[in-house]
Amino acid sequence: MAIVLSVNGADRAIEADAEMPLLWALRDILGLTGTKFGCGAGICGACTVHLDGRAARACQVPIGDLAGVAVTTIEGLGTAEAPHPVQRAWIEEQVAQCGYCQPGQIMAAAALLANNPAPSDDDIVAAMDGHICRCATYPRIRSAVRAAAAAMRGA
Amino acid sequence: MGRTGRILRRTFLIGTAAVAGGVAFGVWAVRRDPANPLLPGLPVGAAAITPFVRIDAAGVTLIAPRAEVGQGIAHAQAMMIAEELDIGLDQVAIDPGPPAPAYWNGRVAAEGLPFAAIDDGMMARGARAAGDAVSKLLGIQITGGSTSVPDMFDRLRAAGAVARETLKAAASRETGVPVAQLGTAGGAVILPDGRALPYTALAAAAAATPPAGPVPLRPPEAWRLIGRSIPRADIARKSLGTEIYGIDLRLPGMVFATARTNPRLGGPVNGMDAAAAEAMPGVLRVVPLPGGAAVIARDTWTAFRAAGAIAFDWGAAPFPATQAGLWRTIADSFTDERRDSRLRDDGDAAAAATAAAAGAVTAEYRAPYLAHAPLEPMNATALWRDGWLDIWTGTQIPRFVQSNVERVHGIPSERVRVHQMPSGGSFGRRLEDDYVQQAVAVARAMEGTPVKLTWTREEDFAHDFPRPAAIARGRGAVADGRVTALELAIAAPSVAESQIARLGLPAAGPDIAIVAGAWDQPYAIPHYRVTGHRAPAAVPVSSWRSVGASHNGFFHESFLDELIHAAGADPLAERIRLCSHAPSRRVLEAAGAMAGWAGPRPAPGVGRGVAFTLSFGVPVAEIVEVADTPGGLRLTGVWVAAEVGRVIDPAGAEAQATGGVLWGLGHAMHAEITYEGGAAEQTNFHAFGGLRLSEVPPVQVRLLETDALRGLGEPTVPPAAAALANAIFAATGQRIREMPLVRHVRFA
Ligand code: FES
Ligand code: FES
Repeated sequence: MAIVLSVNGADRAIEADAEMPLLWALRDILGLTGTKFGCGAGICGACTVHLDGRAARACQVPIGDLAGVAVTTIEGLGTAEAPHPVQRAWIEEQVAQCGYCQPGQIMAAAALLANNPAPSDDDIVAAMDGHICRCATYPRIRSAVRAAAAAMRGA
Repeated sequence: MGRTGRILRRTFLIGTAAVAGGVAFGVWAVRRDPANPLLPGLPVGAAAITPFVRIDAAGVTLIAPRAEVGQGIAHAQAMMIAEELDIGLDQVAIDPGPPAPAYWNGRVAAEGLPFAAIDDGMMARGARAAGDAVSKLLGIQITGGSTSVPDMFDRLRAAGAVARETLKAAASRETGVPVAQLGTAGGAVILPDGRALPYTALAAAAAATPPAGPVPLRPPEAWRLIGRSIPRADIARKSLGTEIYGIDLRLPGMVFATARTNPRLGGPVNGMDAAAAEAMPGVLRVVPLPGGAAVIARDTWTAFRAAGAIAFDWGAAPFPATQAGLWRTIADSFTDERRDSRLRDDGDAAAAATAAAAGAVTAEYRAPYLAHAPLEPMNATALWRDGWLDIWTGTQIPRFVQSNVERVHGIPSERVRVHQMPSGGSFGRRLEDDYVQQAVAVARAMEGTPVKLTWTREEDFAHDFPRPAAIARGRGAVADGRVTALELAIAAPSVAESQIARLGLPAAGPDIAIVAGAWDQPYAIPHYRVTGHRAPAAVPVSSWRSVGASHNGFFHESFLDELIHAAGADPLAERIRLCSHAPSRRVLEAAGAMAGWAGPRPAPGVGRGVAFTLSFGVPVAEIVEVADTPGGLRLTGVWVAAEVGRVIDPAGAEAQATGGVLWGLGHAMHAEITYEGGAAEQTNFHAFGGLRLSEVPPVQVRLLETDALRGLGEPTVPPAAAALANAIFAATGQRIREMPLVRHVRFA
């Protein structure tokens, strides 16, 4: 039986086991590969998406639990023509090295700023500390979050 | 595979032997340039001017053959071409191109030679030239060893210049305007009346124009791109989620696979029951692999679950079963029989240390195995159809992938097309192609169907080919407030031996990686000896960001710090006094100035450590500051000075330098791989920590520029661990001689 997911504002019917983690439904079935597989165990944050606006780890959420939940992925956050302010800050600060962790980092930052427009350093750490960046782009991540917060407050 | 391929396999990485073999070919063969790989099959109307510039009506593509693994080298290579081609980076596509001899790495063969990177003597220069010749003859295409910038800087600018002049010649033929009256700008030839003829419009004419002869390169004053921070196009894609890494590739009709092989590395499969896996809905096939099996399924998650449902009976690994046993093989290697090199032997270090008996300092240091663990798990996609094999993967060794496919699977390498994909990190991991060969095995079982094989993170940790563990024993002496003798013996398994063994070959000659970053340090210590001991091969090991220097920076600079402390000298001042190399002295002084150095204990509870390593030709000084807080030690500042040669893109260089320092610090603090029962005990990131955002101190980097050519991906790694350990000693009095440091202290 098909499971209907609301992804980036559109309903998508998925033929898959209800236990399948959202991560794999997005990547392998819907072809939304911007959400990354890093650890599969809720540790690294690479798979972070928004569920009803809150950051969540897609590798830990079975699709069967998502009835009526709005899923937003990095593809739904912004586009090349209309990037989200967090994406714009990430590009301006040239944060990414390999970039593989960055969709997850960006989704975490976007969720943080949606709820807390002026986060303190501690707030940023609390929201982002569980996100592994093997390239250690952390200093630029920190500046990009601050820059995005300032831009969003000014807008 | 032809003669070249066989020679390549036989001689790769054996340093001196490879070079000696190459000299026998003579210069005549080396002068000939390999064929342009873009020409075969080039459509009518498209031009491939040199192997690096492809133009058709739709656009200009710059070929950047060194693999992009996050270090920004695709962008840097494009800058070098575009500088002479007079085109904006926003007007081009960047493509890695096909694997080809034309993309040989002329620097990498010299990496294994026993010459210090700063040695510019006749012998060293001759050996490096011979290394280039060998690599060119054999078409060794490798990304690694921080060689991309030095290797490519002139070649890519020359390619851009030749393409520019060829396009002008084509425009001249089209318009009748003499070449001398033509200019170029913004991706177009500019006519005297100001009209612009876009390169794309000249593609067909350029294809019919003979390539321009050698063109003089522009002087640095004329550069418009090199030396400026230019936004990277891939960073925008990576921030939008649109970059397609190897793991993201989708092909029509694709199926999904994973592999599970014996985590007791190198052990056999004694038995396997895949009935439960095969019965799972969505599973297409189970395919045996050396050491285990692959599951092919309709999606990756099903493949993962099914692979977990296979009951394997795995045999033991062919090396000591416990971590203690592995340490013993290394500790037992400080013998004459296992002596591998003694490239530094100034004065009489042994006698000096013995004579100083009372004032002698001795210490033993340890560095653990470390995983590369790039965040994108290993993966490769393969399609076997009509006698052709297509492979899509992130790799630093595309030509070896081809020759290994021939060796392992019997498919002629000229029938193997490798499509290089952007990688979510590497740190040296993608110098191995085990995951690619697995994907090929699976694709052969699924003829006509593309298969993407993705590892679980657990598989990735189990099969990482770690940085070897190493032990160093130091002996030294001080007199009159000065360091007078330093003797360091280092024992580690050989990365080169392990890599060559995977090609089925024995290794010859000393492995200078065992002592890299120690034997070649520019200190004028009167009695100074560095000896390498090659521990027996055990766990399969490989190149890890900065290779041997990654542990030797810690050993050498921690031990030197102990001696300086014993002498009662200042850690920075005594290093500067001992330093015999002006650029190295400059970076030590620069780091001190940046940090406002006023000794190792600027305030109560605050400690500062300094360390210096010259590796990959780049002298780097780092100062780390820690504060002893009730919650534990906090990193409060890092100052880095490096003399890096030409900076291609300052923002990119700063990112590489900072990333390297934090990589060095994070692993030193938290990370190790240990083996029990022949298998890595760390199975996922919960047990293999790196640095986290909350721990990251402010990092200040100063890059001192010269007109030398160096790479920056690795050299800031080696000093980091020692600078931190030395800072901890300054703050707490505790000398930690073993990594990860978290075994002995708590970090806040
Ligand atoms: S992949 Fe989901 S947290 Fe790592
Ligand atoms: S940019 Fe590579 S893992 Fe974060």
